[in-house]
Amino acid sequence: MTLELTTVPLQAYLALAAILFCTGVWGLINSRNAVRVLMSIELMLNAVNINLMAFSSYVDGQLIRGQVFAIFVITVAAAEAAVGLAILLSLYRNRETVDMERFNLLRW
Amino acid sequence: MTIASSTQFICFVALSAAVAIGALGVVLLPNIVYSAFLLGGVFLSVAGLYLLLNASFVAAAQILVYVGAVNVLILFAIMLVNKKENLAAIPGLALRRVLSGAVCAGLFALLLRVAFSTPWATPGPVPLGDEATIRIGEHLFSDYLLPFELASVLLLMAMIGAIVLARRDVFASDIVTGEPADQGLIEKSRTPLLLEKPN
Repeated sequence: MTLELTTVPLQAYLALAAILFCTGVWGLINSRNAVRVLMSIELMLNAVNINLMAFSSYVDGQLIRGQVFAIFVITVAAAEAAVGLAILLSLYRNRETVDMERFNLLRW
Repeated sequence: MTIASSTQFICFVALSAAVAIGALGVVLLPNIVYSAFLLGGVFLSVAGLYLLLNASFVAAAQILVYVGAVNVLILFAIMLVNKKENLAAIPGLALRRVLSGAVCAGLFALLLRVAFSTPWATPGPVPLGDEATIRIGEHLFSDYLLPFELASVLLLMAMIGAIVLARRDVFASDIVTGEPADQGLIEKSRTPLLLEKPN
């Protein structure tokens, strides 16, 4: 069973999802461009999806509930992207910038 | 497993390298157009990972929704707001980056520790393979019927909300005070890509 050693373990997928999620969090905090903030959110959602799919395949192989959850996450992500970019467009029309540091309308 | 284990391992290594490097490029590259295209690459690589995990339907949905819709939407948003501007310097930006990097590294260490120290219940049942699509359909129309219908309502709400937020209406006068409104919002110099006024 030498081939068994080369199969991908579940932890590899979890580690990859952790890398992707932390990259997304860092980009979410540090991006100056508002479009890049939305991209970072998409990265984080993809990391969560990788986790769901990995658990669905490795732990729950017959009732693939993780895949159903991933489909719902994809749906909500699409809705979030549409509304987020619409909000971004109207913000750009008001402030004429995409710099996150200048969106301080709620600061008191 | 439908493909040999070593091939699967090589595919996993290549795809995960593409995902990790692409995600770093999305976050770090100064040009946002490159970031958007790299994001498409990351989405495609994630779809490949789904294929490795015996989920062909979700991989197809990932390509259709993320690469086909979300990425194109982001590219259009970049085109609509693409104005060269010099970002003003902010005091303490480098310190903030280092601190948030430390926080993210700590989060990463925590996630890794959880992933490697938890005794997962593997190996579970044998994965379904090609019948996964049938099983997803059964799930969506039996025990996940209510979330499925709610998702359709959510998509409708998001569509109408996006139209309402992004439409470009400027009234001739302020409806509260009656003063002439700021018509500069429909001038081409301030909002590019606007069509000529019809009259």
